[in-house]
Amino acid sequence: MSATSRVDVRLAAGVAAGKLSGRAIRLLGRGGGTAAPGLIANLIEPNILSKLTGKVRDGRIVVAGTNGKTTTSRMLANILERADLRVIHNRSGSNLVRGISAAFAAQSSWFGEPRGDIAVIESDEAAFPEVVQRVNPRIILLLNLFRDQLDRYGELDTIASRWRASFETLRPDQLLLVNGDDPALAAITEDLPAQRLLFGIRESRYLLAELPHAVDSALCRRCGAPLRYEQLFLSHLGEYICDSCGFHRPPLDFAASEIELHGLDSVSLRLAHDDSAFDLAVAIPGLYNAYNAIAAASAALAVGVGSSLIAETLGAFHSAFGRIERVTYRGRQLVIVLVKNPVGFDEVLRMLAAGGLNDPTLIVINDLDADGRDVSWLWDVNAEQLADGSSPIYTAGIRGADMAVRLKYAGIATERIHPLGALADSFEQFVDALPEGGSGYILPTYTAMLELRRMLAQRGAVAEFWEQ
Amino acid sequence: MKLSICWLYGSSMNIYGDRGNVLALAQRCRWRGIEAEIVQFGLGEPLEPGTHDIFFWGGGQDREQINVSADVQGAKGEALRAEVEDGAPLLSVCGGYQLLGHYYRPADGADLPGIGLFDATTTAGEERFIGNIVVESSEFGELVGFENHSGLTHLGSGAQPLGTVRVGKGNNGVDGTEGCRYRNAIGCYMHGALLPKNPVLSDYLIRAALRRRYDVAELPVLDDSLETTAHASAVGRALARR
Repeated sequence: MSATSRVDVRLAAGVAAGKLSGRAIRLLGRGGGTAAPGLIANLIEPNILSKLTGKVRDGRIVVAGTNGKTTTSRMLANILERADLRVIHNRSGSNLVRGISAAFAAQSSWFGEPRGDIAVIESDEAAFPEVVQRVNPRIILLLNLFRDQLDRYGELDTIASRWRASFETLRPDQLLLVNGDDPALAAITEDLPAQRLLFGIRESRYLLAELPHAVDSALCRRCGAPLRYEQLFLSHLGEYICDSCGFHRPPLDFAASEIELHGLDSVSLRLAHDDSAFDLAVAIPGLYNAYNAIAAASAALAVGVGSSLIAETLGAFHSAFGRIERVTYRGRQLVIVLVKNPVGFDEVLRMLAAGGLNDPTLIVINDLDADGRDVSWLWDVNAEQLADGSSPIYTAGIRGADMAVRLKYAGIATERIHPLGALADSFEQFVDALPEGGSGYILPTYTAMLELRRMLAQRGAVAEFWEQ
Repeated sequence: MKLSICWLYGSSMNIYGDRGNVLALAQRCRWRGIEAEIVQFGLGEPLEPGTHDIFFWGGGQDREQINVSADVQGAKGEALRAEVEDGAPLLSVCGGYQLLGHYYRPADGADLPGIGLFDATTTAGEERFIGNIVVESSEFGELVGFENHSGLTHLGSGAQPLGTVRVGKGNNGVDGTEGCRYRNAIGCYMHGALLPKNPVLSDYLIRAALRRRYDVAELPVLDDSLETTAHASAVGRALARR
């Protein structure tokens, strides 16, 4: 390549490889082709991600956290698109370096020019330091740190330490936008050269009476003493103070109040920033989605988007792929909600319990790599929340039998527990058990959700996910 | 009848769903009409001899293990040893198991002393053993769980292992042993949680407690069909993923 050439041949080859292999995989019917093309593209041009992202005019926003990354990224991307920005986004939730590379290759020209003004990049927790190093973000949006897939990610302390090391490399022109209600995140983002702004909840409805048992951040990261909570909203998220060293929730730059949970339908809240406030309603349920909306709205405000545009977009928001979905199948309403770790599972059960637990539920537990091979986490789930209902609970999937035992030891009457086998065999059985015109909940782990969705797509009930 | 289940350091050492073990003990008592009380035992609290009937000690993150090691030295460790010498049943998993040995030697930093209940020592290894584990025990039969540790435990010449490893790594990945047994105490690397899927172990601990406090040897039989199915499916999974 000559020095004057304007086309980076290696980059163009990498992009081409990524584009072509993605198409080939989809043509062969081997799935969405969301990660393998990135692997191939990185083989040809190892710097593909930093080269492509470096050309995005309005910068990169990296979204990280244990729960809510896909939903929050989608909310944010939708808002930015509504603000007439062209957004590059790993929309399918493929969030390792290879998946992000594939998304950028697919959304670039054949000569390696990204077709976007701004990028929203969802990052896996373990891959986060490498993603930060490669994409040089303008904003890092940090949602939460919960216990998740210990066999893959390691202990929470390990992740927190790696993130801290990554934050120390940031410059003063980079912004950390942090959930201040999470004491672990607040502690590891203190005293850095980068700017920091905090978002969180300031109000007293929907409080938890006590810390759930699987909480890893109950101790002050500064001094090791137990944290005291003035208010606790979700897992270890709340307003906390350490009576020993004085560490406490920092003042919030974006504060949500007047939160209303409307069952399985929606959430509304008021978000205050500087001297103004505006109302938001999101058409997806649960306090955890309130947090996602607060995060996305705060990031959009930080980028300079106006509040009315943010409220409009979130009001029309539909759930990210598979997170929560309503499907009509054989005359029954199926509500499918992804469960992937104790905190997420707890919040889904909290939502179902608030709704009265009248409809049958199918819980599908797999132990493939993407689910976590260790099903011990089921014992960190507060399944006791289901004990007061009377509706039947079915279990299925590779480790459905473990879930059945979990339910039994949660004090759920064994008459209510119906262990079924593999999902392929048990799905229709579950649908048969629902009355015509009735409804049921399905709570799958990640790979079970993919399998369920494939089955529903084959039966014409939903679209394939990469078409969304 | 009433049994007191003492959960050692439950607030700081509760990882990998280990609370399932405490739940299993309590529920299997209640289903038999035996009252069960779960008592959380934390840093700085004294251990009153004769107060508790079953002890459970789970795993924790490294940071928390340091505080606990210091806390269990001296009178408290002595009291716990005396209870086990007196026949109290105890189950320990991973971090708890390690601190019941002579010491845990980290990759860097000073040794964390244990209480030497088990004639065992543990050294940090370079590889992390992560996966399903199946163990054959002459006393309890087939046991199944999930291991996730980098500590390498070596038993002293007189120590008795819990069993031999059929699938997985166990104590150190070399000598084929898993866990340790001493009187009515069990140490092992099996999360999962262990007891719900291995009801034979739960009932062993409950029976030992009833014998010690009430001199009762009878334990009503429970319907364990869900547990048996889960055990078999976990073993099948371990064999398939080997």
